[in-house]
Amino acid sequence: MATIKKIKVLVTKVGLDGHDRGAKVVSSLLKEAGMEVIYLGMFQRPESIVKAAIDEDVDVIGLSYLSGEHLIFTPKVVEEMRKNNVDDVLLIAGGTFPAEDIPAMEEMGIDKVFRAGSLTESIVDYINDHVEE
Amino acid sequence: MKKKLSTGEMVSRLLAGDRRAAARLITLVENEMDDHHEVMSLVYPYTGKAMILGITGAGGAGKSTLTDHLIGKFREQGKKVGVVVVDPSSPFSGGAFLGDRIRLQSHSQDDGVYIRSMASRGYLGGLSRATYDVIRIMEAMGNEVVIVETLGAGQDEVDVIHIAHTCLVVVTPGMGDDIQAMKAGIMEIADIIVLNKADLDGTDRSLRHLQGALTAGSFEEGAWMPRVVPTVSTANKPEDLQGIDELAATIAEHQTYLRKTRAIDRVRYDRVEQELGLIFKDELQKIIFKGLKGTGKKREYINSIIEQKNDPYSVVEEVLNTYLLPWE
Ligand code: B12
Ligand SMILES: Nc1nc2c(ncn2[C@@H]2O[C@H](COP(=O)(O)OP(=O)(O)OP(=O)(O)O)[C@@H](O)[C@H]2O)c(=O)[nH]1
Ligand SMILES: [Mg+2]
Repeated sequence: MATIKKIKVLVTKVGLDGHDRGAKVVSSLLKEAGMEVIYLGMFQRPESIVKAAIDEDVDVIGLSYLSGEHLIFTPKVVEEMRKNNVDDVLLIAGGTFPAEDIPAMEEMGIDKVFRAGSLTESIVDYINDHVEE
Repeated sequence: MKKKLSTGEMVSRLLAGDRRAAARLITLVENEMDDHHEVMSLVYPYTGKAMILGITGAGGAGKSTLTDHLIGKFREQGKKVGVVVVDPSSPFSGGAFLGDRIRLQSHSQDDGVYIRSMASRGYLGGLSRATYDVIRIMEAMGNEVVIVETLGAGQDEVDVIHIAHTCLVVVTPGMGDDIQAMKAGIMEIADIIVLNKADLDGTDRSLRHLQGALTAGSFEEGAWMPRVVPTVSTANKPEDLQGIDELAATIAEHQTYLRKTRAIDRVRYDRVEQELGLIFKDELQKIIFKGLKGTGKKREYINSIIEQKNDPYSVVEEVLNTYLLPWE
């Protein structure tokens, strides 16, 4: 049968970081690449992000960080995912933060980090390659 | 790897109200995966009892903001609520930006509320093709109310009338006063017209126009007269909100009307008729294309039409007469 699978991505921001331009830019890039983006907006709590991810049955959660809260909130989101057995969703992040922090973020459970200046293709290709059929 | 539960197992979990089972089944139906029909056959007996509320209207009129408040009203009554929100897919990339959840956040921690965003995926009429089945799944999940927000171009998003028991059309002050608003088919489907953003200039004028246009219309004896309810659905303080209680009360009144006059029977009939028509359309096309597959006939037909040796209507008639019993 003609199955019509679309990749679904939840894009959002945790905490009090009010920079939403990057998150919106990434959302439209992913839309233009044929994905369905659920944009949850700013000021989210880890609980609301994970619940939305479950309800929407997304393949990817994308977090955008620009206010230096990436090392504080990443473990909280990862823990909330673990608590809810969300183990088949790709977790990626982007934004502005020191390059030195990337290994720590990946250690905490982010599958892939994209800093400012990342090429669109690299984000799209990564998602296409890593979302399982 | 997404864990593989059997279809039957997933449906039992759905019937117990499990949101993850609901989420997976909706994906399965939306993507037209192999078990789609089986799922719907299992789910169907548990549907048909929920109150379905349609919300349509131009982009940015305030559909999601109002939905957020209405969810709260139904939750106060102890009812579980399912919400389907449809946004357009890009005709170029096939992707979509689904942004309604931004304004549907008051209940983000409430387990009695299940919200699902859907892209239209090229389906016209303000819904997506899967919306019909997704509403059924939400009913089977145990939601007593299902709210359907259509995509908002404000043109022809009228298909919701085939599903919804009560249909809200959201308009804003100054929006194409009388003529334009009344001409559009969209106003004809309203059981309740919500004049949202009643904090803005031009509210009184719009209210007069809308009420004038409604009283000018002709209605059968005993039929429901569409109401206009002005609302202010954003405010810094909750006490500055306006019309939300009135809106909830008017919806309840319309529900009572439907039950009392048995008008609800017509709505139920219309819904199943619409579903049946859509399934026939989809399945007949599949059967016919499958029958033509490998014969080279499809290409032949298309080329003959391009070369103006034939036309699509004659082709369809010929194919139907060849592959299906000619019933006439
Ligand atoms: C524009 C801007 C603002 C605007 C924001 C407008 C908006 N609505 O977004 C305004 C003026 C409001 C603002 C305010 C502030 N800002 Co400011 N702001 C910036 C600035 C100059 C550019 C950010 C931007 O929009 N870039 C353009 C977008 C498209 O790029 P991007 O976000 O990096 O996104 C790209 C990639 O990172 C990646 N990406 C981003 N997110 C994601 C997510 C995923 C999933 C993926 C895959 C990829 C991805 O893809 C995008 C496209 O390539 C940065 C400087 C900088 N170098 O980042 C400072 C900056 C972020 N701001 C800063 C600060 C301090 C502030 C204020 C606190 C200032 C103040 N004292 O008031 C306030 C705080 C506001 C708040 N509530 O959080 C600091 C943050 C320092 C820190 N890390 O702690 C920065 C770094 C400036 C600096 N060098 O000091 N700011
Ligand atoms: N002034 C005023 N603004 C409102 C009111 N209700 C909603 N808005 C604003 O109108 C904008 C659109 O609201 P939404 O609820 O997203 O509208 P929508 O009809 O769901 O929009 P789409 O889903 O994009 O078609 C938001 O910025 C709201 O804050 C109101 O009563 N008064
Ligand atoms: Mg909306």
